Amino acid sequence: MINKNGINARTITDKEFFYGHKACAGCGGSLVVRLALKVLGERTFTVVPAGCMSAVGFIYPQLCFTGNAIISTFAGTASMLSGIAAAAKALGLKDYHVLGIAGDGGTADIGLQALSGAIDRRDKIIYICYDNEAYMNTGIQKSGLTPFGAKTTTTPAGGNIRGTITQKKNLFEIVAAHGIDYAATASIGYTQDFLNKVQKASKVEGTSFIHVFAPCPTGWGTPSDSAIDIAREVVDTGLWYLAEYENDEFILNKNPKEFASVEKYLKQQGRFRHLQEEDIENIIASRDRKWKRMREKWSTNNK
Amino acid sequence: MNRPRLKKYIKPEHIKDYPVGPSFEAGFLTSENSGWRTEKPVVNNSRCTACRQCYLCCPEGVIFKKDEVIDIDYSFCKGCGICARVCPKKAIIMRQEKENE
Repeated sequence: MINKNGINARTITDKEFFYGHKACAGCGGSLVVRLALKVLGERTFTVVPAGCMSAVGFIYPQLCFTGNAIISTFAGTASMLSGIAAAAKALGLKDYHVLGIAGDGGTADIGLQALSGAIDRRDKIIYICYDNEAYMNTGIQKSGLTPFGAKTTTTPAGGNIRGTITQKKNLFEIVAAHGIDYAATASIGYTQDFLNKVQKASKVEGTSFIHVFAPCPTGWGTPSDSAIDIAREVVDTGLWYLAEYENDEFILNKNPKEFASVEKYLKQQGRFRHLQEEDIENIIASRDRKWKRMREKWSTNNK
Repeated sequence: MNRPRLKKYIKPEHIKDYPVGPSFEAGFLTSENSGWRTEKPVVNNSRCTACRQCYLCCPEGVIFKKDEVIDIDYSFCKGCGICARVCPKKAIIMRQEKENE
């Protein structure tokens, strides 16, 4: 997946645009922000709604975005992006990007309506959802993207109900169903793939959306050095997938012949440690259903 | 300059010293993160091939290239250990902070 003409570890700018922030050590979400801004460069307007990244990035007077960044209302990330895009166009600005970075709750639950509107208008914006699978900033409450079985403070694990009983919302396909210009899923464990997708999104004439898997060591009960490995493992187990949507077509970027062990992936995380064998079988069965459908209906451009 | 530096924040004494509107200078850093650390990444330069995987995966962006090897801005490193774990050559080890005192 090395992009020879594009941005990689050697060619990416050495400038840092998100520096000195107060995110927990080993935070996946802050890596998403850092890398996305490094790909897009300093002429980027960043909008961050309520959530971890605004809480850790704007602690007055410590302001960690070195470019133009603003906090939006929780529900209004995409509408503020639309406004900025319209204003930049009206001012006749050239060579700039309008980037929104929201969490899973701020995208799949609270900000979904504004996002839907922006996609409908085909505003030239880039929307990145960093998915740490719960409302982490406020103390690990379940969101629409919390997967089945995960323990959160609002879905505790007990004798009868073991964690979250709902399935993770299918956000990527919800967004794609709008007929968006470009949508993709990514994971910080596959860093190069993520950089390529951000770069691709920056060239789209219209709305682009990237849903990126970003582990949260604090909320998931994992060691602080584990985020990259877990984000890689989740793709290898098939519980997350790398895909793109453009020109009315779904493309699976990675189609593994064999999946890595789901049990090992789950059991290393505090939020899944209570799961019993039947729960894990449930998770595997729903993964297999999803992959069967994806492999049948989507095209694939790799192995 | 590739990364923002620490600046001294002068606390406003009068209402007119406050910025107008809810905005402030971008990249204005007033405090470090080094106190968060219990372990410190130490680079073994003879093993490092400068592949920059650690640089790419660091959530803080504190790793940078200096004279073809890797260096770390310890003022802002939180000691998460991602760099040591992703290093293909095992050129970074995490050392307890107290050993260095």
